[in-house]
Amino acid sequence: MLAYVIRRVFMSIPILFGSTILVFLIVKFSGDPLEGLKLRNPPPPPQTILNEERRLRLDQPLWEQYWLWLKNLVLHGDFGPSVHSNMNIGNELGDRLLVTLRLVLVSVLIALIFAVITGVVSAVKQYSVTDYSFTFLGFLFLAMPSFWFAILLKSAGIAYNQATGTQTFFTIGDKSPFLVDDSAWGNIKDIAGHMVLPTIALGLISYAAWSRFQRAAMLEVLNSDYVRLARAKGLRSRQVLVRHALRTALIPLTTVTALDIAALLGGAVITERVFQWHGLGEFLLTSIAGRDAYAMMGWLLVSAIIVIIFNLIADLMYSVLDPRIRYE
Amino acid sequence: MSEIRASSVTPGTPQPTSPTGAAEREFTVKERSQFQQAVRRFLRHRLAVASLVVFILIVLLAFVGPLLWKYTYTDITPDNSQPPSLAHPFGTDSLGHDGFAQVLRGLQQSVKVALCIALVASTLGVVWGGISGYYKGLADSVLMRFADLVLTIPAIALAAALGSTGGGTWWMIALILGGLSAPLVARAVRGVVLSLREQEFVEAARALGASDTRIILRHLVPNAFAVVIVYATLLVASGILAETALSYIGFGVHSPDTSLGLLISQAQSAVQTRPWLFYFPGLFIILIALTVNFIGDGLRDALDPRQTRQRR
Repeated sequence: MLAYVIRRVFMSIPILFGSTILVFLIVKFSGDPLEGLKLRNPPPPPQTILNEERRLRLDQPLWEQYWLWLKNLVLHGDFGPSVHSNMNIGNELGDRLLVTLRLVLVSVLIALIFAVITGVVSAVKQYSVTDYSFTFLGFLFLAMPSFWFAILLKSAGIAYNQATGTQTFFTIGDKSPFLVDDSAWGNIKDIAGHMVLPTIALGLISYAAWSRFQRAAMLEVLNSDYVRLARAKGLRSRQVLVRHALRTALIPLTTVTALDIAALLGGAVITERVFQWHGLGEFLLTSIAGRDAYAMMGWLLVSAIIVIIFNLIADLMYSVLDPRIRYE
Repeated sequence: MSEIRASSVTPGTPQPTSPTGAAEREFTVKERSQFQQAVRRFLRHRLAVASLVVFILIVLLAFVGPLLWKYTYTDITPDNSQPPSLAHPFGTDSLGHDGFAQVLRGLQQSVKVALCIALVASTLGVVWGGISGYYKGLADSVLMRFADLVLTIPAIALAAALGSTGGGTWWMIALILGGLSAPLVARAVRGVVLSLREQEFVEAARALGASDTRIILRHLVPNAFAVVIVYATLLVASGILAETALSYIGFGVHSPDTSLGLLISQAQSAVQTRPWLFYFPGLFIILIALTVNFIGDGLRDALDPRQTRQRR
């Protein structure tokens, strides 16, 4: 098992490698990071531009730039120079990772729980009013642009706050800049309050897709012979559903969840934008706008590692769900 | 990670249709081609047919509407911040732009981009997956690992990075998003081609001296047609969501041109004061994505009846 995990981690290295090269090339060809500086009026002294070019290693050939970045990252944990000279990419990523990760993790968890429940209920009561309602909602949520729904939620939160004269929903930022009650409990409450709406906004679309998926998987299992056998031998229906059917029907969902993580990280970029969170998404968008190559590669590395970890967890989940799968 | 992806079989994924044998001519019923049968099955899917009608109406509105409507999207009318009325069915914004004209223009750009995404992704995906599945070996590994790579990176990040230079023109956005969706189609096509290339009819074609290109294009790809058409339809839905999201974060269609995503982005601060500017573009996105998804469902049932469970 451990050997398998280690082997998988090593196997993912080429993907990390390839994706950083790809992004490096895209950013390099997308334009000059010093364009803003060069176009400044009055023009800066040529020495400043040269210094900046040297600091950003723009004076070196392309492969040398990439090699230096890789070497410093592996040997010193240095993510390379940012266009913003006072920003340390590594530290910045670390802070923002916590913010984004709690949004993504909680969204995934809540979306999964609701998806499994509605998927199973829909499958068991196929073609009932409940099934049709869930199906209708599922299709509707799938068709809804996430940013539109997020803005809608945000303005509903604001409207509710105004109507009740309270601060029930926080609609801006990932936490309050100043807290009256600065205890641990006060902080947790504040962070949780800021998380409610963004979590719903981010989780909703995954929920819609996953619940449809869970319904299909559950239907397939419910029509299978071994479930019929379990029923025929007189097991209580709850036991048949949960122990026999659901366990098998969770396997496809595990795969899909792991595959959707990349999309969820992309969705987080948009959710963070709507709710003005200072997370990885904001970091990505400012790096792209500033053509900050090393910052983008840092972002990519972090998100690729998240995707890889999720896939590994999914693989390990298979062996929990399906006793036939054993990793040696 | 790659091997999970390669081996995952999703319940919704259509299976390839196998070539049916020669039609039996002894029956007295009228002979129908495969295409006619598919059309009949599609027409029986009422929701899909209704969706197709609505979708065609939306497309007509997007392309014919701007020619007939009295304002263009750049016109500035003397009425600003008007709620919807007879003169301005979708209201006006704070500068006096007519909301209906703007939504029509946004609709046109977004529909154009979404259709092109589907076209680019399926064309590229067919070639990509066809070569990969037919030649196997090294070409297959390289092409599929590259597909994995593209799919590991959140598409919005790549699209935004690419769009920050070429963005602004609708066809550039369509090319970028289409290219990023191509691996999905490629993977599906590869699956079909891999299973078909071992069959006798391919062997027969090869024995007759058909070239590889001919085998791929005339014998293998047509069999993957059902898969590709369903994917292409669903890509229109995901394409419009992707394009509007990209325009919303500022890396898609730029002002002075407009798209549904950009309109929403501009209206987001005015949801409470001028809600009409926010709701109408959103409703159109939902309507397009919803109808296209239903059409895709209907097509899947029509082109690949073995996939359909119970509903006949």
